[in-house]
Amino acid sequence: MSQSSQARAKSEISFTVNEKLETVHVYAMERLLDVLRRQLGLRGTKEGCGEGECGSCSVLIDGMLVNSCLIPALQANGANIVTIEGLAADGRLQLLQQSFLDCGGAQCGICTPGMILASLHLLEKKPHPTLEEIREGLSGNLCRCTGYMQIFEAVADAARRGAST
Amino acid sequence: MKNPPIVGTSVPRMEGRAKVTGEARYVDDMVLPGMLYGATVRSRIPRAKIKKFTFGPGIDWNEFVIVSPKDIPGKNCIALIEDDQPCLADGVANHPEEPLLLLAHPDRHLLPKAVESVSVEYEPLPAIFDMKESESLSQIIWGADNVFKTYLIEKGDVDSVWQNADHIIEAEYTTGAQEQLYIENNGMIAAFDPQQGLTVWGSLQCPYYVHKALIKLFALSADRVRVVQMETGGAFGGKEEYPSMIAAHAALLAMKSGKPVKIIYDRTEDMAATTKRHPSRTRHRTAVSKDGRILAGEIDFTIDGGAYKTLSPVVLSRGAIHAGGAYYWPSVRIRAKAVATNAPPHGAFRGFGAPQSLFALERHMDRIAQVVGLSPVEIRRRNFLKPGQTTTTGQTVNEEIDLGKLLDRALELSDYHAKKEQFAQENQLSKHKKGMGIAAFLHGAGFTGSGERFLGSVVGVEACDDGSLRILVSSTEFGQGTNTVLCQIVAEALGLKYEDVSIAQPDTHEVPNSGPTVASRTVMVVGKLVQSAAVGIKKTLTASGMLSDSYTPVEFRAACRNYVAKHGKFRSLAQYEQPGDIVWDEEKYRGSAYAAFAWAVYIAEVTADLATYSVSVDDFVALQEIGKVLHPVLAKGQITGGVAQGIGFALYEKVVWENGRMQNGQMTNYIMPTSADLPPIRVYFEELGNIHGAFGAKGIGELPMDGPAPAIVNALEDALNVSFNSIPLLPEDIFVALGESAAPEIVAPTTRGRE
Repeated sequence: MSQSSQARAKSEISFTVNEKLETVHVYAMERLLDVLRRQLGLRGTKEGCGEGECGSCSVLIDGMLVNSCLIPALQANGANIVTIEGLAADGRLQLLQQSFLDCGGAQCGICTPGMILASLHLLEKKPHPTLEEIREGLSGNLCRCTGYMQIFEAVADAARRGAST
Repeated sequence: MKNPPIVGTSVPRMEGRAKVTGEARYVDDMVLPGMLYGATVRSRIPRAKIKKFTFGPGIDWNEFVIVSPKDIPGKNCIALIEDDQPCLADGVANHPEEPLLLLAHPDRHLLPKAVESVSVEYEPLPAIFDMKESESLSQIIWGADNVFKTYLIEKGDVDSVWQNADHIIEAEYTTGAQEQLYIENNGMIAAFDPQQGLTVWGSLQCPYYVHKALIKLFALSADRVRVVQMETGGAFGGKEEYPSMIAAHAALLAMKSGKPVKIIYDRTEDMAATTKRHPSRTRHRTAVSKDGRILAGEIDFTIDGGAYKTLSPVVLSRGAIHAGGAYYWPSVRIRAKAVATNAPPHGAFRGFGAPQSLFALERHMDRIAQVVGLSPVEIRRRNFLKPGQTTTTGQTVNEEIDLGKLLDRALELSDYHAKKEQFAQENQLSKHKKGMGIAAFLHGAGFTGSGERFLGSVVGVEACDDGSLRILVSSTEFGQGTNTVLCQIVAEALGLKYEDVSIAQPDTHEVPNSGPTVASRTVMVVGKLVQSAAVGIKKTLTASGMLSDSYTPVEFRAACRNYVAKHGKFRSLAQYEQPGDIVWDEEKYRGSAYAAFAWAVYIAEVTADLATYSVSVDDFVALQEIGKVLHPVLAKGQITGGVAQGIGFALYEKVVWENGRMQNGQMTNYIMPTSADLPPIRVYFEELGNIHGAFGAKGIGELPMDGPAPAIVNALEDALNVSFNSIPLLPEDIFVALGESAAPEIVAPTTRGRE
């Protein structure tokens, strides 16, 4: 780091990510996205637009779906965060991930982590969503590859298989 | 023993698990020790002499690596078709956002301010911003006449037809620029080692395009330049050519600093500086008989190439060849031209010129129908190409395609006739006007004409130590399913299991040049080669006596393992050879333009809301013949994704230009369809097969981009009785057009009876 960046003050914060307690030092306006990716090496969270439009950087904070590019890391002090890395346990895919794989919900894959977290969030609120609810529920997450149809199928498939339970 | 088929089934996406778990590694996920971050100082004005750079106060410039054109060891150009585009503008800048200087620093947070602090002294030159200005030659900005390329396609005797035609129908159609909007922005990492040479890792479609560009820029031998594709988060043509520029920039900074350098564009930089779909203008003049048969046509197709030639000649070629669409033209003259303007160069985007010229044609068919007094269905039916007839370039249709039957099926699937009738009734009393629109079209797979012969693609299949097979191609995966489908082809060709085959990460030190991943060529052309290379492995094993003619996958693996243990490296290569029935005359632009065409009929159902002027697409039927469907889930995903982009092209995606610069380079103000905006996209296939493709496959990737825009705008005309000739059509454009529709139409069709 250069002198100019060292001169800026850092604060110590702690939060839980994927059930693990982490303590990090962050600059005042440092984005949660950068702290997750660069400091904690959780690179499954992606940056698409940097302005909260595309949803690629979606993570769950205390059960809420947020764009981590818009959240100053300081705000996450004490929070419980879930990223894509927190889903598959012991090498076994979560149902929703399996449905995305089976139904063709992931093409280039860059929106996929955010899309899966948005889907998870939707299914937690509505275990058996209608197509309209899926369309609305995912409208904050952009996908340029699929035209969304196979993502809808994946969410419906996961709901049928009981992903929210 | 017969194994269950693999081709035609939806096996799991090869790299799918890595993508759904977040483990897939894209370029921005890669970090090298001691890595610097790079940024680009760009021209702020459209055309100027660059007089002087001043490095402003408040920045410790000693901490920065600064690269200018004099640091370029070889030729200052991004080698592609012609070497006219500099890597860094030297003395003169020809478009806004043109790269001028490069900066690198260990702390990426310091770069934006540093870029801002470089002030550039310009001597502005007059600039031109649209095709009309370019053609008027008010300023010469490229060559002698601002023209990058022209083509002339001629068939029959066009000039003798006009006098006796029942109807002559003329109109002009335009399409706007469109941003590819892959969700992963462009990015590259470069490292330079005096012994080993240059290595770049990045988000890209065409490793060997980048390789070629770096060799020339650095004056290095081919073996001292290595290009590696990382997982790539969408491309759609947008990562065909510009990655060479970014790789060059990262590499120059890496060479000068002696450290690895990463350049990742942010969204605004990516949208403003990199390529977009060429804006186009198509003029049709068509002679038609009173029973609705096309007698002859003149088609003028012009595209705006931006400031440098880049890929414009090739985009123009595909657009021109597709301008006559899926119809029989007894006589036709197509003049095509790509012109220069002071905008960032326009480039490849799914469809590559065809969505532009097919928008014009499919709108024009509806116009012809109106003038002649036939339905949109009937005008198409009467003019469809039939087996044995020739296309505009004189290529005989050899396939048993029955477009009338395809149309009938699409009409039935969309409930077209009943809905037309229902909407005609309901529209009278409603503020919500509904309509149905059709587009029928074709899309050629693979490089045009002799392109595949010139490419001479090479692929390899190798046996690994454990007896599994590995495919070696420079064909890249960026969502379409390259990895999966090529592995399916090899497994099927040899009777192996899908799990017995893998594919190498594209790395120019590891894989031969199987050509660029463009032009819907991967499955058809590269797939066929991979199939043949795979068979080569089997032949070697059986010839050496290590494998009998009938074998199980387990026996095959064992034989490979034994062969490798005994002889070492075991590779089978295959190179493209042009089939004898494909003959192309580049001079006259006549002959077999493509080894195969995919055919389609798309039908859109729309509603226009007269209170808000917004348009919704309520239902979309996409029916296509694409040869053999190798992987149903992936194939369907290609179609739904392409249709969604086509809907964006028609109704949402407007690039706002000011002095050659995109003004709305953000996802907040350049709007692509969200999950809430799209209709059910209903995908259906017909499978005729194709002798030139692996297991009968044709190209599929670009096809779905061609049909949605004209189908939707035709449906809008059906709903509103107003003719729209330009896209994109945002609510404000519809508002204006409806205001004007009280007055006579601006470009009215001219009709003349036989006198």
